[in-house]
Amino acid sequence: MAVLVLLEHAEGVIKQPSRSAVAAAGRLGEVHGLVAGAAVGPAAAAASKLPTIAKVLTAEDASLAHPLAEPLAALLASLAPGYTHLFAAATAAGKNVMPRAAALIDVQPISDISGIVDAATFIRPIYAGNALATVRSADATKVITVRAASFDPVPAEGGSAPIEPVAVPAPDQSSRFVSAELSKSERPELTAARVVISGGRGMQSGENFKLLEPIADRLGAAIGASRAAVDAGFVSNDHQVGQTGKVVAPDLYVAVGISGAIQHLAGMKDSKVIVAINKDGEAPIFQVADYGLVADLFTALPELARELEKSP
Amino acid sequence: MAMKVLVPVKRVVDFNVKVRVKTDGSGVETTGLKMSMNPFDEIAVEEAIRLKEKGLATEIVAVSLGIAACSETLRTALAMGADRGILVETEVELQPLAVAKLLKAVAEREAPRLVILGKQAIDDDMNATGQMLAALLGWPQGTFASRLLIDGDGAVVTREVDGGLETVSLALPAVVTTDLRLNEPRYASLPNIMKARRKPIETLTPAALGVDPTPRLTLVSVAEPPHRQAGRKVGSVAELVEKLRTEAKVI
Repeated sequence: MAVLVLLEHAEGVIKQPSRSAVAAAGRLGEVHGLVAGAAVGPAAAAASKLPTIAKVLTAEDASLAHPLAEPLAALLASLAPGYTHLFAAATAAGKNVMPRAAALIDVQPISDISGIVDAATFIRPIYAGNALATVRSADATKVITVRAASFDPVPAEGGSAPIEPVAVPAPDQSSRFVSAELSKSERPELTAARVVISGGRGMQSGENFKLLEPIADRLGAAIGASRAAVDAGFVSNDHQVGQTGKVVAPDLYVAVGISGAIQHLAGMKDSKVIVAINKDGEAPIFQVADYGLVADLFTALPELARELEKSP
Repeated sequence: MAMKVLVPVKRVVDFNVKVRVKTDGSGVETTGLKMSMNPFDEIAVEEAIRLKEKGLATEIVAVSLGIAACSETLRTALAMGADRGILVETEVELQPLAVAKLLKAVAEREAPRLVILGKQAIDDDMNATGQMLAALLGWPQGTFASRLLIDGDGAVVTREVDGGLETVSLALPAVVTTDLRLNEPRYASLPNIMKARRKPIETLTPAALGVDPTPRLTLVSVAEPPHRQAGRKVGSVAELVEKLRTEAKVI
């Protein structure tokens, strides 16, 4: 028996959080990857190249053109009897489908694991990361979502697993994809970036987020935001880092004008190096920052952009 | 068509309280802490009330599961504007699968057209109950909703996803889970708090609903996360860049 990992893909590429889920699954045994969609050829080819994957299953059907939870959960449930574990990354799509699949096979899922103790025992953050719970599952099949920031992804190349189509259950007609408004950006994805620079309420407006751009360009960084900045409408929801947004653990996290509510810290405190720029020297963000700069961001950011332009 | 809305609400440690891990590692210390309604569930209650104010919902039934004190959480929902409450009372620690089974049983008794609840509870951060309830009922789901439109026999839900927003159309009955930006919940007014005392709360048990709530997950231990030391303050932007280059070596 093997571990089945649901692989998210876009434009023929397997998303990085899914490669982290593959890495986590690889600790438990043989790994099979599942690629579902309306036309999965390129994504299946990309999946077969992932080291660690022994077999790629493809589910090709018009009902799977968009990652709707209803058909995808039915597909996972139909495949579950052949597997010890069902894995997916704890992304919006993974969190949407995996609990539904788990309920269909009468299993209590384990969400957002940050560590693996053994085949039945997992570590996961609770209370916005203020505690780490170790839980043991009594279910025959374990249904798991993986916190991508806690597991280094497997490389995109190196393997050559065989590809095998599987049957797709008859589609449920109760839900229908209408549209998507996805942010377009040349920058790396938040959850995959080596450097993240985030703005908070202190940025004061969406326009001021432009001050972060030359710095992000220079560092190859993704741009993030606190909940306060998203709620205020400065930037769109997909920028949110925190307990209920994205969890990131880059090499460098730069928090600008962010006070450091526990809900924000939950999304970034595992970053390797944290820099905080805030004019309030008492802001809680400084308690987790390796380097703190008490300064007005409107003078510090242009200065930082200029300083980075100078060669070391 | 008459539309009944069922709103599950969870009693959790208030979001402003920082919890502490018990010294013996057996769990999180919750004794004496301020308890409140899960903030995402407050958003769900608010959304249900707005549907009623628009004439789309006819009745709002709040349901909470757990110890007797969960009736306080129900009173909060009633004070906000829910019409009546159901308490499924048990001392057993309820995990999302058991909660979903109990809610399914309640939904079968109440026959709502819509169940709306928080996308996750801020204590266990599991983000599972709504999806599991939808699966058990065989209903479609609209999770992480930032906009909800009821349109005849369907719901159109805009969802917060990793790359931005996604809109799905669901046939009713359906389960919707709320994200932060769906609405801003109201505060209950004093007259409404007084009025809520007279609204009915029915008490049920897992046995009466025919559900075995036994947990599937055993809590082995709870630990403090690795503690991050505060670093140091730098005096200037130039010093910051120099430290990042030569000391931290991250740029």
